[in-house]
Formats: sequence, structure tokens, C-alpha cells
Amino acid sequence: MPSKGKSRTIKVDYMARVEGEGALHIKLKDLPDGTVEVRDAKLNIFEPPRFFEAFLRGREWTEAPDITARICGICPVAYQSSSITAMEMIAGVTVPQSIRELRRLIYCGEWIESHVLHLAMLHAPDFLGYDDAIQMAQDHPQVVKDALRLKKLGNDIMTCVGGREIHPIAMKVGGFYKTPTVEELQAFLPELEWGLDAAQALTDLVATFEFPDFERDYEFVAMRHPDEYPLWEGRIVSNKGLDCELAEFFDYIEEEHVRHSTSLHSFIKARGEYHVGPMARFNLNFDQLTPLCQEVAEKYGVAPPVLNPFKSIIIRCVETLWAIEESIRIIKGYTQPDAPSVPVAPRAGRGYGCSEAPRGICFHTYAIDDKGIIQDARIAPPTAQNQKSMESDLALLVPTIGHLDDAALTLKCEQAIRNYDPCISCSCHFLKLEIDRE
Amino acid sequence: MAIRKAPKLAVWKFASCDGCQLSLLDCEDELLAVAGQVQLAYFPEATSAVMKGPYDLSLVEGSITTPHDVKRIQQIRKQSKFLVTIGACATSGGIQALRNFGDVEEYTRYVYAHPEYIETLQQSTPIAQHVFVDFELRGCPINKMQLLEVLNAFLNERKPNIPRYSVCIECKRRGTPCVMVSKGIPCMGPVTQAGCDALCPAYNRGCFGCYGPMEAPNPEALSASWKSMGKDENDLVRAYRTYNAHAEAFQRESERHAQQR
Repeated sequence: MPSKGKSRTIKVDYMARVEGEGALHIKLKDLPDGTVEVRDAKLNIFEPPRFFEAFLRGREWTEAPDITARICGICPVAYQSSSITAMEMIAGVTVPQSIRELRRLIYCGEWIESHVLHLAMLHAPDFLGYDDAIQMAQDHPQVVKDALRLKKLGNDIMTCVGGREIHPIAMKVGGFYKTPTVEELQAFLPELEWGLDAAQALTDLVATFEFPDFERDYEFVAMRHPDEYPLWEGRIVSNKGLDCELAEFFDYIEEEHVRHSTSLHSFIKARGEYHVGPMARFNLNFDQLTPLCQEVAEKYGVAPPVLNPFKSIIIRCVETLWAIEESIRIIKGYTQPDAPSVPVAPRAGRGYGCSEAPRGICFHTYAIDDKGIIQDARIAPPTAQNQKSMESDLALLVPTIGHLDDAALTLKCEQAIRNYDPCISCSCHFLKLEIDRE
Repeated sequence: MAIRKAPKLAVWKFASCDGCQLSLLDCEDELLAVAGQVQLAYFPEATSAVMKGPYDLSLVEGSITTPHDVKRIQQIRKQSKFLVTIGACATSGGIQALRNFGDVEEYTRYVYAHPEYIETLQQSTPIAQHVFVDFELRGCPINKMQLLEVLNAFLNERKPNIPRYSVCIECKRRGTPCVMVSKGIPCMGPVTQAGCDALCPAYNRGCFGCYGPMEAPNPEALSASWKSMGKDENDLVRAYRTYNAHAEAFQRESERHAQQR
């Protein structure tokens, strides 16, 4: 038990089970009445800066998808999709429906792979009290085996459509270099049918986890498409009045550079911090989910608005199920396009692209000249946008669990950060936990 | 069989995208088997458990870009019996080595509102420029089957069987007609090390050099072919300056064309 009237520093120098390098630093004071006061909660992102926006200048517009994929090995398709659609906006090109469907399919592969990696391998061990999924596998072998099989299914879809799972090579401005045959895609149907059951079984498991009693009135920001659960098309909307076109993004959103992070903090000019990712997407687009996904979510009392970030793990399961259903739909209706791509030519101008990476919206804008050489580039990755929200979660969570000893407190704080499936490599293009009890 | 203590495996990260260490988690069919053969002593992307060094095998991802990392890699080397670098960032500085040809101060001002908060080096450099490296596994990203081969080799104290010939050999083996000859598509395959199974040519596109220079490449001859296909000096500079821009053979050739433009 912490002694009363004492200050404590809790720090995690290098946070585990997140992608990238970051640390937490929390300063708190134990008050005589037994409560704690949080003096400071910071997420230090010390992932070294890599300067993507700077060196994209002078490159060819068609190189952006392959180069920006290298910002993140976990969600390359998000970077490729955002950059490709931004460039296609400049060129004034719309791809045929069959190519659009293939893009949705590879994106579903990435959602399945990334969501299952995070929820089963990185986040579930927190709830079940293990250091990692390999330890967890000793007591829950079938859960881990099924999760690995689901993850592999996502990766296999990415490999089939994109050539390989990390930094796929088949997508380009205008379409694909090569498209899969109907037979190649149909071969996935039996495994996807198994995936429908496996994803529901995973939901059954994670829904039984114990969730801290913690809710916040977030501003959720996600994309919104008139007819579909969003991937990259539509408007950017929130539950507090934001409703803009992609081109207006930086009219409403500002990025701030703070000393303790090599990743820029984003905020809504009018109101401040906001929250992107599965919870935002789910709350803003529940009506666009399939009846099965809605039914599975409602079975566990997960219906919008979900305000407890720890329950994001359930939503990741539901979105995995959605991505499986969507993959089945796409494959059943697929006919191989006559040509893998449509011709594109550069023209001077600026374009905008935004797509729903597994961890939230990934926004890109580029200006190119008439030869297609990139003149200016801006990228707002999802984890950078969530940074302020993550810090506020910590500041609000710690007083509710201040009675815990430092080890237990630290673990809960780490878990609160993992709610966001943060991708620190992305955000700088972030984790170390430090709790300072004054 | 003699009983021995499972070797301690550590995975370290420097400036990178995380993709190469993700390759280990992407070995879905082999992961539990590998985990059964080693002690995951340090692998923060996958586990909170941390064992103290020394480590039998350290896998290092990412390039050196900060003063702090210059010191950190020395510490890691001291604690590691074998040190293997994985991926283009660790073996040649990665895509972020494009700064080596630019002005880092200007880059910092372009990306960050407060350049004074940023501590970074002028160059992004490979691990081997700082410490002795036992083996370099190339690729952006690495091939996970090659990673398993390297793990197997080091855990059994033998040399990894990783060929250093060009992508061309893999195209021939795969039966992909040469995209330069048959389709007139410029390709980096003739100077790029194999390992991806000649992926891009099989997708009707030219290789763009993810695996870096092959052993004894002849980039001058390749550049001449590119020029005969209508590519200019700027195109060639860009072609050699991608994911392995700081690798010696590619760097030299890109500088030659940069001077001629």
C-alpha cells in the first residue's frame, strides 16, 4: 500500500506489446484522505524521427504508396490506400468497381491480421494476467492456436492480393500491377467460413474479461460512408459536430509539437482532443455493420455509444468478424478485372486521402507538379491523433486506481495505453512508463 | 540427446517500421515451435517479460539515427554472443537514410514546429558501421523463411544458407520472363540481392531494390540499359536511392548520376 501524503513516480521506460518505442511518465501525490492527485501524465514518444514528409519531396508521385508503406510494417495497406487515393484525386481518376472491391479485400486482410495480433497476442494477456501470448498458450492452447490461424488468414489474403503481407507490392496509383484469379480467391472461402465461427468464439471469450469501470465522454472521429462500413471513402465525422470533406481536414484539425514526443499531437481546433480507431468507427457507423456483427455486439451489451476504452477489445473482435463477412461477400461476387489498372497521368495539384487503418484514420495530403514530382507532403497517422486522448485517459484513470501498489498501477496504465493499439513507429514517423509519486 | 538450456533470444529496435520483427510474429505456423526452442529473453513488441543479459542471439532491427542509439547499440553488442541485423534499416540505413543526401536541419524544420526539441544525427547509418555484426539479413521487409533459416543456423552454430546472387536467378527459377527484355520495364533485379522470390517481376513490375545490392553488382551496366529505355539521370538517382540508399554500391552509383544531372 502506498503511504499517505507521499509522492510517487511511476515509470515504464520501454513499454511492451506495442509497436514502436515509447514510455509513460506519471507524477502523482497520495493525499491524506487516501485519494491520489495526478500532477502530470505524459506519454513520451522517443521513436526516432524518420522525416518521411521531408524526403517525399522530389520523389515521383507513383512512389508514394511504396515509400509511405515503410512508415508502418503493421498497417502498410492503410498508408498505401491513403496515398493512392490522394494521388488519384489529383489525377482525376476513378477506378472500376472490381478494382475497388479488391482494394477493400486486401484492406480486410490487414484488419484481420492487425486486429487479431493486437487483441489476442498483445492485449488479451493483460486481461488474463500473462506476460505474453506464448505464456498464455500454455493454459489456453486452443485460443492461441485459433488466433494464430485467424491472423494467418488475414496475412494470406494480403499475400494473395498484394504479393506479400508486409509492404505488399501489387497496389499502385490506378489499380494493381496484377490481379488474382477467381480460383485463387475462391480457395479462401472454406477458411473464411471457419473464420466466421472462430471470430465469434474469440468474442465469446473476450466478452467475459473483467473491464475496469471507466467511461469518458470522448469526441469520436471516424470516416462515414453513405452505404458501407468505412475504409477510405466518405466524409470525416464526429459525434460532436465535425462533418467535413477530406480537403477540409486541416481546417478543423491542428497538429502541435510538444517537447516529450517526436510524434505530433493532433487536436480539433474548436474543442481539443479526439479519439480515433475501432471504438470511434463502431460508434459512428454501427448502422453500417452487418446484422450478424450487430447481433454479436448486442449479445454482450456492446452498443453505441461505447464509452469504456477497455471494451475496445470486444469491438476489435466484432470488426474482425465484419472483415471476414466482407471478404466472403467480395470473393463471392468477384470477377477478375479486364485490366489490372487504369491509365493515370500526373497534373499539377493537391490531393487528399484518408483511410481507416486498424487503429484509426490515417490522413495524407500531397501536392505534385505537372511532371508528377511531389512538392509537399503531410501525413497524420492514427496514433499521433490519439496521443492527447491517451494522456487524458491516464490522468483520469489513475485517481480511480490510486490505491493500487506501483506494480499493479503500472500494469493498468500500460493496459490503458494498449486500448489504443498504438503504433508508435507510425506516430513518428512511441512507450516507456514512468509514474512519479511526489 | 543431451539436455541443454534453451538459448536466450533478444529482439532490439532502432529507427524502423517494426515490420521485420513483426515477421517473427507472422510465422504463425512456426511461432510456438520456435518459442519452445528458445527463451524469449527480450522482445518488447511481443512480451512484457524481460530477462537480463547476456543473450545468446540478438536480432537488431532499425538504423542508428540518434546520439542515444549510438551508445545503446554498443551496450547491446557487449551483451550478445551473436548479433544479427534484420532488414534494410539495420543493414543499410533504410529509407530514412535519404536524409544522408539532404539537409537534416531543413528536414527537421519542415516536419517539426520546434526543431530544438529534436535530437537526431545528420546520417541514418547501418548497425555494422557502429559494432561488429555476425550476420546481416537483408530485405525491406525481410523474408520470414530466411529469418527462420538464420535463427536455425545460429541456434545450431552453423553458417546461414542465404544466397547473395541477384533477383534474376530467382526469376529464372520461377519461370518469369525478364520484364526488361519482354516488356521493356526498367528493373533493379540485375543488381539486387535475391530473397523475395523475385516477387515484383512476377507481378509485372520492375524490382525496386528492397534487398539491396547483391554480391559484386554491376550497376553501371544496368544504368546504361535504363538509359536506353528512356530513363534519365534523375530517374536513376531515385532508383538507387530508396530502401538501401546508403548501401555502398547503390550510394556510389546514385552519386555518379547526381553529378551528371
